[in-house]
Amino acid sequence: SQALASCLLEQLDPSKHSLGYLYLLEAYSSGPILREQASGYLLTVVEFINSCSAEQIRLTPDKFVSVCKSFKDQVMQLQVAIQGVAPLRTAIRKLQTSSEHLTTLHPDFLLLCLLSKCYKAALSILDDDIFEVDQPRDLFLYCYYGGMINIGLKRFHKALECLHNVVTAPMTALNAIAVEAFKKYILVSLIHNGQVPSFPKYTSATAQRNLKNYTQPYIDLANCYVTGKFSELETSIQTNIEKFQADNNLGLVKQVLSSLYKRNIQRLTQTYLTLSLQDIAGAVQLKTPREAEMHVLRMIQDGEIFATINQKDGMVSFHEDPEQYKTCEMIEHIDSSIQRLMGLSKKLSSIDEHISCDPAYLTKISRERQRFDFDDFDSVPHKFLQT
Amino acid sequence: MDGDEEGVVGPMGDEAMFPNGGGDGQQQRGSKAVMGGEQMDVEAYASLYTGRTKVTRLLFIADRCGNEGMQLEALRLAYDEIKKGEDSQLYREAASKIAGRLGPQYTLDQAWADSIDRRAEQRKDKLENELSGYKTNLIKESIRMGYNDLGDFYYAHGQLGDAFKNYVRTRDYCTTSKHIIQMCLNVILVSIELGQFMHVSNYVSKAEQTPDTLDPVTVAKLRCAAGLAYLEAKKYKLAARKFLETGPELGNNYAEVIAPQDVATYGGLCALSSFDRTELKNKVIDNINFRNFLELVPEVRELIHDFYASRYASCLEYLENLKPNLLLDIHLHDHVETLYTQIRHKAIIQYTHPFISVDLHTMADAFKTGVAGLEKELEALITDNQIQARIDSHNKILYARHADQRNATFQRVLQTGVEFERDARAMLLRANLIKHEYNQRAARKI
Repeated sequence: SQALASCLLEQLDPSKHSLGYLYLLEAYSSGPILREQASGYLLTVVEFINSCSAEQIRLTPDKFVSVCKSFKDQVMQLQVAIQGVAPLRTAIRKLQTSSEHLTTLHPDFLLLCLLSKCYKAALSILDDDIFEVDQPRDLFLYCYYGGMINIGLKRFHKALECLHNVVTAPMTALNAIAVEAFKKYILVSLIHNGQVPSFPKYTSATAQRNLKNYTQPYIDLANCYVTGKFSELETSIQTNIEKFQADNNLGLVKQVLSSLYKRNIQRLTQTYLTLSLQDIAGAVQLKTPREAEMHVLRMIQDGEIFATINQKDGMVSFHEDPEQYKTCEMIEHIDSSIQRLMGLSKKLSSIDEHISCDPAYLTKISRERQRFDFDDFDSVPHKFLQT
Repeated sequence: MDGDEEGVVGPMGDEAMFPNGGGDGQQQRGSKAVMGGEQMDVEAYASLYTGRTKVTRLLFIADRCGNEGMQLEALRLAYDEIKKGEDSQLYREAASKIAGRLGPQYTLDQAWADSIDRRAEQRKDKLENELSGYKTNLIKESIRMGYNDLGDFYYAHGQLGDAFKNYVRTRDYCTTSKHIIQMCLNVILVSIELGQFMHVSNYVSKAEQTPDTLDPVTVAKLRCAAGLAYLEAKKYKLAARKFLETGPELGNNYAEVIAPQDVATYGGLCALSSFDRTELKNKVIDNINFRNFLELVPEVRELIHDFYASRYASCLEYLENLKPNLLLDIHLHDHVETLYTQIRHKAIIQYTHPFISVDLHTMADAFKTGVAGLEKELEALITDNQIQARIDSHNKILYARHADQRNATFQRVLQTGVEFERDARAMLLRANLIKHEYNQRAARKI
């Protein structure tokens, strides 16, 4: 039947007859794909994705998703993940009903980006806000991969957002994705903020009770970090180094280590106007002033502190943040933030209104009402109060 | 209490925390302060107190002082005092501590101890019989007195737990305010000795709530007890307030717990470490009642005035001189370090407050300490946000730093915006997930 499907496929035009094409393609993909035909298959799928019509495929999203998934499997099997990045991105755009919609393809796309190390390609998808989710499981994977890509791009605050969403998502049973996400969350929190915040109120009880049991080495690491002593942190890392390696988190852990120096030096900028390199080395527990100079230099280059090094005296002068908030760019930035937030605010109020008209909500509310005073009556129509 | 003591010059025991500028020049005043800078005159100190607290204090001094002469003196006085009483357990303890070093008069007199125990047994039986007699008669007043007597008896014999229980039991049989006050004072006395300061606070409030007005001596006693409870709980500000409110009527009337010198010292030090300048002036320096107390410990008076007048070196010097003796005080000893650190920090903060820039060398001289050490202290205070300043380590100058409000506001605003956005988006996402789950559940039900 595969041969039949492929021969019929040639007769159809993917852009005009997308639906039919899709059915046939799906039938073709559902069987095993032989190695020799694999590259041909890949080309066919890519061409289809690029030329198909979005309205038609949205009529049977499942089949589209299934085709894309088998495409992804093929690509991974042949270890040419990079070939799958652009097509899947197009596929997502076509499948989405809006840019806020999370499809099942999102995590697959991110997976391919990760495997092929094309982090930047994922940016356009990642920067879209997600408000509508098909399957919660997709969200977990999407946010987890998204976190990893952001870590790769060194956008730690975005990574923190993604991982935070995984950890605090409603869940009734603990899943492995959440555990892994929590491990990375701890590490990224340390790098970005110097501490791990406690679970917010809205975290599910399952997460609050159980996550810590599976991530003990990381919690110990966080506790050592907070003391600010480099040697303690190093010993803590050494004791658990196999576990970190097994989780593929060793790179992140090393970044945590170097971030400790940065944090200590930043603390010095709060107290001193000028400080000798010798004293910096002593305060931050580095071995020589030369190392201190290197660290400070790197931090100045990265824009993490504002300072000047006087090599003659061996002194570093710390300066205030020169940002005066008076430039045009800053005004634009503030203005666009305001606009964005106002949009978000409107969205929130519209959702609130929507829920207050929802029958299920109203029945629940009216059941809890004790009395009906004249003051209690508001403008809710009477029919919604019938239980 | 009033005496011209010639004490031995120089502190004993612990080393001073920071180098002193000069020697202790106060002793020539012929001061009445036995808690002063000279080596403590144990006898004079002990004469301030009566009852069990005298013995407890003497034994504490003997344990802590580290100087054999003083230790033996304290133990001798303790022994004599115990022999006047009826606590055989304490007697044995004191005798074993002396270990024969004071000669044959001060060894364990087993016969005396045994006779005390025998008498105690007899008296206890007698009291208990009487009490059961009263109970069958159901005369409230007699039952109350019976329990009270039992309480007194156990207290005299050092069985504080039983004393406490019996005193508390009198509560149900108290009919007048006077009874209640008596009960409260007894319970407070035992609780202080047991170290259960929760009960002290409770019973102080109970006593203060009686409908009749209390006589000034009782009011003063209750304030002292409350102050001690706060001191123990490390609530120095509240403790200071209580001690400062104690009226001069206290005099020697509470010698079984506290001496007026103690009120002055505790109140003064707690106030210095926790009050701001205004409160210090109003409640301590301008406080006429408290002046009477401060007269008894001139060093404390001097050091408070020095602090207020920014003569920090002199103030810290007085503190150092007082330290060894304060470490021998049963209530204050574990708070001395904290209070001293707080006072020192306050001094540093107060010093830097009026200046835009401060030369660290000058400041180090004013505090009689080294520049490096001072720099470290300042660093800690700046990190703690107690001083708004920055250190120029190269030139050793401290510059006051007033945060640019405008920039800070912008920063905060942008940050708030970012956080709001992040939280709102996460919330919408979660709401969507929950709705999804809810729909699934609803779908399944159908």
